[in-house]
Amino acid sequence: MNAVARFFDSDIWWSFTRNPITVVSAIVAAICIGGAVLAPWIAPHNPFDLASLQLLDAFKPPAWSAEGDPTYLLGTDDQGRDMLSAIMYGARVSLLVGFLAVVMSVVLGVSAGLAAGYLGGTVDALLMRIADIKLTFPTILIALLIDGITRAVLPRDVHDQIALYVVIFAIGFSNWPSFARTVRGSTMVERNKEYVQAARVIGLGRGRIMVTHVLPNVLGPVLVIATLQLGFAILAEATLSFLGVGVPPTQPSLGTLIRIGNDFLFSGEWWITIFPGLALIVLVLSVNLLGDWLRDALNPKLR
Amino acid sequence: MFAFIISRVLQALPVMLTVALISFAMFAYVGDPVAIMLGQDYTQAQRDALIQDLGLDQPFFVQFGTFLWNALHGEFGMSYRLSRPVLDLIAERAPATLELALTAAFLALLVGVPMGIYTGLYRNSWLSRFFLTFSLIGVSLPTFLIGILLILCFSVWLGWLPSFGRGDTVQLGWWSTGFLTVSGLKALILPSITLGLFQMTLIMRLVRAEMLEVLRTDYIKFARARGLSNRAINFGHALKNTLVPVITITGLQLGAIIAFAIVTETVFQWPGMGLLFIQSVGAADIPVMAAYLILIAALFVTINLIVDLLYFAVDPRLRVGGAKGGH
Amino acid sequence: MSNTQPLLEVRNLRVEFPTRRGTLVALNDVSFDIHPGEVLGVVGESGAGKSMTGAAIIGLLEPPGRIAGGTISLGGKRIDNLSPNEMRPIRGRQIGAIFQDPLTTLNPLYTVGRQLVETMTTHLPVTPAEARRKAIEWLELVGIPAAAQRIDSYPHEFSGGMRQRVVIALALCAEPKLIVADEPTTALDVSIQAQVIALLKTLAREKGTAMMLVTHDMGVIAETADRVAVMYAGRIVEIGAVRQVVKHPSHPYTIGLMGSIPPITHRLERMQQIEGAMPRLSAIPRGCAYNPRCPQVFERCRMDRPELMPAGETRAACWLYDAASEQGVLKAAQDA
Repeated sequence: MNAVARFFDSDIWWSFTRNPITVVSAIVAAICIGGAVLAPWIAPHNPFDLASLQLLDAFKPPAWSAEGDPTYLLGTDDQGRDMLSAIMYGARVSLLVGFLAVVMSVVLGVSAGLAAGYLGGTVDALLMRIADIKLTFPTILIALLIDGITRAVLPRDVHDQIALYVVIFAIGFSNWPSFARTVRGSTMVERNKEYVQAARVIGLGRGRIMVTHVLPNVLGPVLVIATLQLGFAILAEATLSFLGVGVPPTQPSLGTLIRIGNDFLFSGEWWITIFPGLALIVLVLSVNLLGDWLRDALNPKLR
Repeated sequence: MFAFIISRVLQALPVMLTVALISFAMFAYVGDPVAIMLGQDYTQAQRDALIQDLGLDQPFFVQFGTFLWNALHGEFGMSYRLSRPVLDLIAERAPATLELALTAAFLALLVGVPMGIYTGLYRNSWLSRFFLTFSLIGVSLPTFLIGILLILCFSVWLGWLPSFGRGDTVQLGWWSTGFLTVSGLKALILPSITLGLFQMTLIMRLVRAEMLEVLRTDYIKFARARGLSNRAINFGHALKNTLVPVITITGLQLGAIIAFAIVTETVFQWPGMGLLFIQSVGAADIPVMAAYLILIAALFVTINLIVDLLYFAVDPRLRVGGAKGGH
Repeated sequence: MSNTQPLLEVRNLRVEFPTRRGTLVALNDVSFDIHPGEVLGVVGESGAGKSMTGAAIIGLLEPPGRIAGGTISLGGKRIDNLSPNEMRPIRGRQIGAIFQDPLTTLNPLYTVGRQLVETMTTHLPVTPAEARRKAIEWLELVGIPAAAQRIDSYPHEFSGGMRQRVVIALALCAEPKLIVADEPTTALDVSIQAQVIALLKTLAREKGTAMMLVTHDMGVIAETADRVAVMYAGRIVEIGAVRQVVKHPSHPYTIGLMGSIPPITHRLERMQQIEGAMPRLSAIPRGCAYNPRCPQVFERCRMDRPELMPAGETRAACWLYDAASEQGVLKAAQDA
């Protein structure tokens, strides 16, 4: 049986097709991600093309309401930007930040976990102690602190330029311990298995054993956590941006859009907040549903 | 018991010291406090005098020691932004945050635990499925969006509840409380739901997972084999064993509530420590940030200690440490 | 013994596990009786269905496992089709259970006294004070020293052997007529196993309690049981009085099992071993399930499944004893 056929025969694929919610959320996630990634090509307008912005078109309600304009399906914001396009571009930023933050957490967490689990002793004690201290504080607080410090250290214009990376770093840095703990646990189990002992006997170096022998065996749980963390990272970015310390306004994410719209909540222009909000919910919910399913599918105990 | 508390306090010390060190490093090395305090025009002599005054010419450990000593006395310096003592600022706003956090935590526990027990026991009922779906939505909804949706619904459209502030407060000594006035209580409703919802769903999922785990154990099977009633098994044997891990996570979550209050307070313009902190981050007001960090750490450490003591009360396996000598 | 009315009658019991790749039959056509006061040993390799049989009797099969056929009757009354609410007063009161690992069968958060008292007040017309007095008596009876003080101890304050004694007290304290003991000594230290088995045997005899003793240890069976059922791949392959089965086993599988007990009387030259492994439930071969491993296999064993039939002093599910078959005749001639 080749790899493709094996996949379609596997328990994972079976549990996937058996659960309609999972299939729907996978489709929804695919649409969200596709719409975000392809935004520059498929979005009806370019919200950042200042030349095409018409202030006359500002505050247009969604197309289906009485004063709606069919060119702007979900209405426009205070500067006449098309909400649908802004949401697509915003989701792009949100996903980019979320994805890179998770990649950073994975790299940091997996390396720390491997080192702690495989080397043990002082390295282990030290790394886990740091993880403990880190876990004492909620992500959002760490991210805020990192952002606050960079703000204090860097001049404002420099900070705005690298703000996106600061956010990625802040979120990525605050989420690594959950990966480190899982990988450490699995590594300690794997380390004592015979194949690792054998690899050591034939004289492979520590680093080589960890990467080629231990790592592939701990990737399953890492994948599950990464999926669940992607949802959390997107939420963290949105929250930071909403608080005004996230991505710069020149590259608005979904969180930034909600923050902008929040100012118009009381004057009746609800769509400027609600549509980016709904987009955020749908995106995160579908990612979380996939993560939940993946966790259950890979955890035989729960079946 | 006493030895246990001492050992826990000793374990907390490194955490507190690390946090204090980070705060101090921020305080001393981030930005130029001297320049900020002196404003635009100053002479080198003025600058040197201030440096000496602040002890910035001292060696690192002396400075850190002074910082710790001051922190222990509640002396965190002056806010750059508001030019008032940091301690006063925080003391003014602490009651608002604490009242909000406690109400939210209470709400989260009161609703989350029963929902978790129910979904754990009757995991195939339609109500359980509904709760679970609801909880997944709760976990996927960012706090600020919940707040915005609630404001839109109950303040803008229905006009039932206020959308910002604490309402009227009553001064009890230095503590200002919103619990004693109708407008204060009304103002509390939306923010506490906003803050509590996420924790509630988290607690529910946790209790459910633990309940399922415990129901699979041998001693529950044995209790069934002894013919005990469902009530005795579910609420006597299973629930009590579920509580042990639930207490831990709940404790940690209470800490998280204080931190998440930052977001809720921003949405509702709630005059608490979180709002103060976020304004300080925006303005790079380091002394306030440092003080807030230390305070939060102290709060977390205290909560952890209480959690450990609760553990002690629930799980006899911990208690014997001292008692075993008697046998 | 067999002229009395049986206490427990199991007839053609079939337990199935529906899985995504089809239904697994974990127990198939299992039939046996236990008479009042009798100890029935059930032996076999792990996965043979011994514990499953016990779980089916006490009505605690792990879902999705379910009884798909046959009957279980206790004192002439069917109990396999009772609702959970009807079954509950029977568990503990009529059928007691002892599990394998005493470290995990006691609730760690309650004192042993509390667990004993709640069992008795659930089933017997006693006040909590009486139950507590009886609890102390039970702890004394199972050999817990200083029972009056130890009653307020938590499970973790006892050693493994002592905990299993507490479990025995818990299983017996509502005075059931039948005990299902599932590998009661497997998790214990070897030096303690004999003590616990002796205790179980003595108490069962004193109280007149019948017992189904599930174990993979032929030695324990030989010492404790009146009769023995040998299970293989979800079926009983041989059943009979313990002395006959141990001394003159009929089924080739039982013969193999006996060969794998180290003899105490003479020095061991070479311990025998049964070649191969028991088939998985999803891959039980056609004919006799034992045929791929059987040293005396012949054509018919690969085609048809044998039922239990008289074989010497016992009953065995083996074509060697089929009077109508050529091999059966040969075997009879050899034995004569």
